[in-house]
This record gives sequence, structure tokens and C-alpha cells, in this order.
Amino acid sequence: MNVQIEIQLIAIVVALACSTLGVFLILRKMAMMADAIGHTILFGIVVAFFITHDLNSPLLVIGAALTGTLTVFLVESINKTKLVSEDSSIGLIFPLLFSIGVILISLYAGDVHLDTDSVLLGEIAFAPFNRFVVNGVDIGPSSLYVMGTILIINIIYVSLFYKELKISTFDPGLAMVLGISPGIMHYSLMTLVSLTAVGAFDAVGAILVVAFMVGPPTAAYLLTDDLKDMIFLSGIIGTISVILGYWTARIFDVAIAGMMAVMVGVVFLLIFFFAPDRGLLSIMRRKKRQKYDFAQISFLMHVINHEGAEDEREELGKNTIHEHLGWNKEFVKDIFNNLYSSNLVYIEDDIIKVTEKGRDLAISNAEEIVNGI
Amino acid sequence: MSLINIFSDYTLRTVALGSALLGAMSGVIGTYAVLRKQSLVGDAVSHAALPGIGIAFLLTGSKNIEWLLLGAFISGWLSIYIVNIIIKHSRVKYDSALGMMLSVFFGLGLVILTYIQKIPDSNQAGLEGFLFGQASTLLKRDVIVMSIVGGAIIIIVALLWKEFKLLSFDPEFCQVSGFPKEKLDLILTTLIVIAIVTGLQTVGVVLMSAMIIAPAVAARQWTDKLSVMVILSSVFGGLSGVIGTIISSSTRNLPTGPVIVVIISAISIISLFIAPGRGIIWRRMRDKKNKKRLNRNIILNNIYNLSTEGNGTQGYSLEDLSISKGDFNFPINTLEKELENLETLDLVKVKDKKWYITEKGINEIEDFRGGLGE
Repeated sequence: MNVQIEIQLIAIVVALACSTLGVFLILRKMAMMADAIGHTILFGIVVAFFITHDLNSPLLVIGAALTGTLTVFLVESINKTKLVSEDSSIGLIFPLLFSIGVILISLYAGDVHLDTDSVLLGEIAFAPFNRFVVNGVDIGPSSLYVMGTILIINIIYVSLFYKELKISTFDPGLAMVLGISPGIMHYSLMTLVSLTAVGAFDAVGAILVVAFMVGPPTAAYLLTDDLKDMIFLSGIIGTISVILGYWTARIFDVAIAGMMAVMVGVVFLLIFFFAPDRGLLSIMRRKKRQKYDFAQISFLMHVINHEGAEDEREELGKNTIHEHLGWNKEFVKDIFNNLYSSNLVYIEDDIIKVTEKGRDLAISNAEEIVNGI
Repeated sequence: MSLINIFSDYTLRTVALGSALLGAMSGVIGTYAVLRKQSLVGDAVSHAALPGIGIAFLLTGSKNIEWLLLGAFISGWLSIYIVNIIIKHSRVKYDSALGMMLSVFFGLGLVILTYIQKIPDSNQAGLEGFLFGQASTLLKRDVIVMSIVGGAIIIIVALLWKEFKLLSFDPEFCQVSGFPKEKLDLILTTLIVIAIVTGLQTVGVVLMSAMIIAPAVAARQWTDKLSVMVILSSVFGGLSGVIGTIISSSTRNLPTGPVIVVIISAISIISLFIAPGRGIIWRRMRDKKNKKRLNRNIILNNIYNLSTEGNGTQGYSLEDLSISKGDFNFPINTLEKELENLETLDLVKVKDKKWYITEKGINEIEDFRGGLGE
């Protein structure tokens, strides 16, 4: 395998591992907790490193993952006192742990082969240099194996506890009644989030992990109402962002992981604007369409209300009607032309009249609106 | 290295003054962010400022603080604007939009920083300082810029005091009272962004959010009054700025931001525990006291009930009391201990291992029942 493919493969595995859990994070409104965990694992990595003195030790991964769980626990303890709101609790805990981590690294910078930049920012370009060697045979970059294992753990977790996760996410009350502890689901999910963040930190850095956890699921959320589809779609969106990001970064010779995060944002914005049902453009088109339809019915009703009345010539005159509808003249003209071409209105002696077809349409619509109320 | 240097060392004095200003400024503005439950806006804005710093440097080629802060301001503000657009026009939740924009903008910032590094002779050294802050690089002119910005913020907060107060505590009432809620919202958000951006040089993009949240959380514990909270919050912020700067400049390789954050976080956590009335320790003590009083009254009430039902002069053994009617049953040894306490207060007396209620005890329990509205 060449280095280029290896880098992309690692990043895709990271994106998949992140988005599998990320779907549940955003549905549970825990996106900012993921951000907090992304920061605090630095503390865990530093402390675990002081104990193990080995950056590749599995203990390091476990120790750091526990810090993520500790973060969740601390935030909830503070939140439970009701002295501080939830967002402030998050904002109080993670900078503290993160700062302690940075200070420890700075103080022992000489003895530690660990610097803040690499934990925080990561450098995926270096990821393939660390090889996994079994019996003297090089079988690929070790971060691919680490992240692959984490991805498999996440997939097993989500498929085994799919029902429990789903119920406790959408209806914690029902989950309690059914004997599923929302607390256990919460903590197990957050522990895996920490584990994933730790595994991914040396590839993409602690902050960009958040882009992969939150971005693709949020984009997928705009495309579907089905939880399973959402998981698959966010995997696909993550993969696309990774590949786009890699090649764009290569062209401009800039930070690869950073560019991947940017692409997550770009793909999200594209979906935000152009999604078939929930995209901004189709929402705006729908709103415009509805406004137009409503104006047509109002126009017809106005004609029906005033036909045959004394002030008919004034109210329904083809040059004066816009004043009585209180609409812009161009808009009225537009509506009239449309109605005329659909054979719903006609003009007789400069007075606008409504056809039988127009009358039926207006009245049935008006009834619908009244019944709706 | 210590307090003495602050007066003699010109650089240190500049730096400490800058940090104090920053702490005070973010303390004031953080009060509103925390009260409005927008604490994490600070986190998003500070991360999102990074690309703005890079772009400003690319465009102007200078490291003048005004340009860099302007860039940071625009990109920080833009991120919040995009977040608001997203939540207004789609079903995406606030926290998802915030988390995503934060990391995407930060990613863009890294891309731009690496791009700058590739430009030969670009003299970009120092831009990385914005990650964790380098208070030691603060110059006199930086401090002047900070004082102008800080002064402006304080004047605006003072002028719009009533409006901001209303907006923080009762936004609906603010709107129906005819205040331009959206505009006030915009001004407050802009002030938050300005305060954050000004602090980036000292504390850094990653940790600046703590300067918004922690002083206000600490101040909140000590008072229920907005004016006191604003002042306390700025004092806490300023204090931690000065202390943090002195500590970090006394040790080599110690970035300023994290040290300041540890200090202000410590102040908040200590406040959470010891603040009078609200703090955890006070609450525990009050709970304990209430529980003790309640236990005492339950036991006294029991004896009182038994005595009024019987002939009044009868005494009761521990066993009688422990199985007597009542909603609470105490273990025998707790009961005995509580009875002994009651005896020292002259509310009951003991004779031949039988317990009697005294006149004083009867008065006490009748008062208590009266208080309950029986």
C-alpha cells in the first residue's frame, strides 16, 4: 500500500468510527460534551504517559479514555448542584483539565516526547510512519489497526445495543419503564466517545475529532428521519469529506486534517442549501409557492365577494383592483395573468370576472381553510 | 521573582496590566453570557477566530495587533452568524451547529497557518502563540488597544444597563416592553466576540472561553444582584490575569493561558464550595441542621402524643418509643442519643430508664405544631 492510500484509509476509518457514535451524540444534544472530551483527553494522555512512559502503551489509551468519562462525571456533578447551568459546567471543567495537561507538558517538555501541538492538532501525514510489525513482517501502519479496532468496537456496541440506544435517546422516560438505565447507556456511550477521541488524536488531533463526530451526523440529520439511514449517510458524508479534504490539502500543500474538517463544513453547507426536503432552497421555494397559491385564492375570493355589488367597477376594475387588495401592482398583474391562463378569470367591460371553474376552486379551497381551523 | 518585580520590571508590568484588563473585561461581559446560558458561545468564537488571524496576516503582511484582532473579530462573529442562520432555517440543534462550526473554523485556521508557514520569509513566527497565548509578547501598544476596547465595552454596558438586564433575565418581557430585542441581542453578542478576540493574544484561542465563563460562575455564587456580580466577576477575572501572568513569567516555557485558566477555575470551584448561603458546604451544613432539628421534633412529638393520650405523667421506655406510632422509626441507639440531646435542652427528663416530656418540651412542640399550621 502506498502512503497516500494509507493516509486516506486511516482518515476514513477515523471518520466512520466518529460518525457512528456522533449520530447519537447530536440526537442527545451532547455535541458540546464531545468537544469537551476532545480537549480533556489531553490531560489523560499526559497523566497516563507519566505513568507508562510509553506513547504506544494500551494503558495510555485506556487511561486517557477514562479521563473522558471523568469529564462527563465532573460536569454532571457540578450540574447536579444546580448552582451552575449545564453549558457553564462544561465550560468550567474542560478548560481546567486541558490547562493542567498543557502545563504538565510545558514543565516536562524536555523529558517527554509529547508536545501540545501534536495532541491538539495531530499530523495525519506522519501516521503511516509508525508501522505495525508482527514477527518482523510489516503489516501496515499501526494507527490503522488501532482505529480499526475502535471502529469495530463501536459498530458492535451500536448494533448490540441499537434498541436501547434508540429508546434512551428519543424517550428516556420510556427507557426507564422498560428497565433500560439511561445512565448506563449514557456513560457507556461517552466512554466509547472518549476511546474514539483518544484513538484518533494522533491522526487528526483532539479538536478536529469533534468535526468528524458532529459534522457528518448533523448533515445526515437534514437528509433523513430514519436512524439507521442517518448512521449510514453520516458514514458516507464523512468518507466523502475525507477524500475531498485529502486531495485539496495535497494541491495547496497545507494541513491535511484541517482541510478534512473544512470539507466537513463545506459538505454540510451544500446539504444545508440543497437538500431535497429540508434544504434552505427547497424550503424557500416551498414558502414562495405557498404564498403564491394563497394569493391566487385570495384574489378569487375578492372577486367573488364584490361581484354584482355597487362598487364592482371600482373594487374589481382591472386598473384599480390592486389598490383594494392592498398589493403591489406588478404582483397583482402576475397573479391575474396566471389565473387568466388557467382559465379561472376573464375580463368583461374592464371588470374582472370569475369563471365557474375559478369559483369552484376558490370556494373549495376556502372551505378547506375554514375546516382546517 | 514575585510581586516586587511587578513594580520594577517594565515588561512584566505591561504584561500584568494587559492580563488584568483582559480578565476584568471578560469578567464583565461573561456575566451576561453565563446568565443567558450562552457560555459555550465563547468556546466557539475563540476557536473560530483562528482563521481570521491567519487571513489578516496574509492580507496585510503585518503582525500589528489591530489587523489581527480585526480579522479575528470578523471570523469569530461570522461563525456565530452562520450558527444562527443554521438553527433558524433548519432543524439542526444549537449545540450541533456550534460544535461543528467551532471545529470547522478551527480546521480552516490550521490550514491557513500551514499555508503561511510555507511562504518564504513570511515572518509568521508568533502566530502559533495565539493557540495558547503568549502574554510575554504583549507590547505597550497592545495594552493601549486593550484599554480602549475594554473602556468601550464598559461604557456600552453601563449605557445599556437596564436593557441588558432585562434581556438576560426576561427576554420575552424585554420584547413586549418595546425594547429592540434582536438589536440588543446583536450588540451583546458583538461585545462578547470583541472581549474574546481581545483576550486571544494573552490566553489563546483554545482557552479563552474559560475567561468568559469561570469569573462569572464564581461571582454568581456570592451574590444575587447583577451589579455586584458584574463587579465581582471583573475583579476575579482581573486578579487571575495578574497572578497567572506573574507565575507564568517566573517559569520558563510556561504558557500564560493555561496558568490563568487554572487560577480562575480554582477560584470558581472554591466559590462553588464556600460561598455563603449558596455554596455546597453551606448547603450541607444547613441540611444537616434541618435534619437534626426535624429528628428532634419527631421524637419529642412522639412522646407528646403518647403523653396526651395517656394520663400525662407517664414515662416511656426506649422500646415504647421505638415501636410507637409515627412515620419515622429510629434505630434504638439513634433514639437514645437524640433523647439525651433533648434532655440536655431540658425538653425531656429521664427517671428509672423512662422518659418524660417536660413543660418546656410541651411548649416547644406546641409551638412547632403551631408553626406547621395545625
